[in-house]
Amino acid sequence: MAEYQNIFTQVQVEAAPEAGVPLPRGHSARVGTPQMVHLLGRIGNAQIGPIYLGTLGVASLAAGVIAFLIIGFNFWAQVNWSPIEFVRQLFWLGLEPPAPEYGLSIPPLAEGGWWLMAGFFLTTSILLWWVRMYRRARALGMGTHVAWAFAAAIWLYLVLGFIRPLLMGSWGEAVPFGIFPHLDWTAAFSIKYGNLFYNPFHMLSIAFLYGSTLLFAMHGATILAVGRYGGEREIEQITDRGTASERAALFWRWTMGFNATMESIHRWAWWFAVLTPLTGGIGILLTGTVVDNWYLWGIQHGLVPEYPDLGGTDPTLNQGAGQ
Amino acid sequence: MSNHMSKRLLGAAAAIAGTTLLLAACEFPSMETEQVGYRGTGMEEVKNPRREAEKRDRLQAPEPLPPTQPGGGRAGDVYENVQVVGDLSITEFNRLMTAMTEWVSPEQGCNYCHIPDNLASDDIYTKVVSRRMMEMTKHINDNWSDHVGDTGVTCYTCHAGQPVPEYVWFKDDGPPQAGGMAASRAGQNIASASVGYSSLPRDPFSAFFVDEPESIRVIPTTALPDGTNPRNIMDTEKTYGLMMHFSESLGVNCTYCHNSRSFVAWESSPPTRENAWHGIQMVRDLNVDYLVPLEPVYPESQLGPHHRDAPKTNCQTCHQGANQPLYGVSMLADYPELDRIRIRDNGVPDVTRDELEAPAAEPDGAGEDPEQMFDELPGEGPDGN
Repeated sequence: MAEYQNIFTQVQVEAAPEAGVPLPRGHSARVGTPQMVHLLGRIGNAQIGPIYLGTLGVASLAAGVIAFLIIGFNFWAQVNWSPIEFVRQLFWLGLEPPAPEYGLSIPPLAEGGWWLMAGFFLTTSILLWWVRMYRRARALGMGTHVAWAFAAAIWLYLVLGFIRPLLMGSWGEAVPFGIFPHLDWTAAFSIKYGNLFYNPFHMLSIAFLYGSTLLFAMHGATILAVGRYGGEREIEQITDRGTASERAALFWRWTMGFNATMESIHRWAWWFAVLTPLTGGIGILLTGTVVDNWYLWGIQHGLVPEYPDLGGTDPTLNQGAGQ
Repeated sequence: MSNHMSKRLLGAAAAIAGTTLLLAACEFPSMETEQVGYRGTGMEEVKNPRREAEKRDRLQAPEPLPPTQPGGGRAGDVYENVQVVGDLSITEFNRLMTAMTEWVSPEQGCNYCHIPDNLASDDIYTKVVSRRMMEMTKHINDNWSDHVGDTGVTCYTCHAGQPVPEYVWFKDDGPPQAGGMAASRAGQNIASASVGYSSLPRDPFSAFFVDEPESIRVIPTTALPDGTNPRNIMDTEKTYGLMMHFSESLGVNCTYCHNSRSFVAWESSPPTRENAWHGIQMVRDLNVDYLVPLEPVYPESQLGPHHRDAPKTNCQTCHQGANQPLYGVSMLADYPELDRIRIRDNGVPDVTRDELEAPAAEPDGAGEDPEQMFDELPGEGPDGN
């Protein structure tokens, strides 16, 4: 028999779609006729729409579409407009930044100009979307935590594609667009700068990233486990602590001595998530600008453990050759 | 109830199909792992024993011909136009010719390199090329022991029974792309066997295995930037592409030559890296002094599809997927004749294609239509090692 448990419940309540709270004067109307989608109801709320777009949303989507089309059409051109090769090579295709010779100047379209333009429109789109998230939160009378968390991700994005290339004096230092190209770039970046694992901010970022997944799993598991006592009504239980909250707290106090509260666990999660790109961005920003080889830096600062040598010697030291 | 069961079955089938799709490019376990460095440093060689067995079957040295005694006079005196093996006796000379036919043109026979009614004639490009290749073999065995050791090389090391070695390279612009203002691929971002199906620069050979090579060393040697390292990330991707070629050609991981905690530090690298370093110098030397100068000799059909360049060598030409060609079996020891090849003073081709009267037969290999040059994706190639 079906029973109501929590967000993964199999019971879907059928009712008239909810239109949302009235909008203040001067805000454009929400668009789209709300619909109920059963499959969405299995993983969340069955109602889809209406959506608030507004000027910022439309401008952001337009800029995003332009960036998407610039990247997509250049991918397609790179396989000589072959639809089959476009699909086969899709994960390999890339839009490369200008060659280092161009520095920070504006190159011809074929040699990085499209990359610069795609980057401009994508950045515009993302920043407009950020303002939109901030203003929608305000319009609902919410805090702006989501917008600031998004800003942390934007920080890392800007460091990689804009701020660090500016400091290095070359667009060529930036990340290409493309699935495998950006992954190859990431590996090459770490190798070029002597192994990013010895970058303390990279270490912090990894700690926060893995910490985020751990916290996410712990919190999700805890709430699901007390769902039978109404535990998913987390925020209410901050002020009106029910048996679900009590049991969840006791569980962690018994198993590890300390427990977060229904409120603080969300601050833990927010800060871990936000600190991942914040610290990561700092690590990227320092790479090549302040530190050129993190392994050698690590040796200087006692980070690198010593192991027996494996016996290699540089042949150029014997021969004086240039390679 | 039955509805519930069928839903579950459907779900299970979907999960199996999805997993199969996801893992289609993966190799079936289990792998063999060998520790090759200090514990905890991740210095390990991972090998697929089934693929390894297949390679060992394929990379077999042929049985040596029975040794012969000197006899029948000096080949250079008896035969006409014997330029580099004239010091061999007739019996030794014939043994070497027989061996070379078996190594290089077992199906085509003597006539692959000789005009039947005049064996001395140079009016066939394959004879001119093979003469130079004999000199190259001697040059490698004499001067590149830093790389080939006492094992040495023979014709078979690269040819393996084929007139054109399976793995040669040409300058490669890749498949065609739209011109005009469309963004250039910048020589990368196409699945390429030459760089292990990564999207790294697909032709690292033109950068490193030629005259006036670019510097492979991209990693700074000082902790802080002091302005002495002009190399950038795009340079790094080229070096990285070359390293993928090494890895594919030798069937090894990065850790065969490097401790990945610092790719640049020599003291924490195994000595194999030194051998590889000499290999780079050797390949470059062979291309510059022996293979590129043969360009005027080849007929058009044997030249590269994009730049009309001569076929050239890289790591894979000899190694063919093994960390040592033929897994270290020395064929040279069985053929002392190869040690008595005379290297002429200059490598100028005897005859160019323009001087050849009749175009020679066209062996397989080069001259493919650039339209057809999209590399096979993993899983479709003849050998995705």
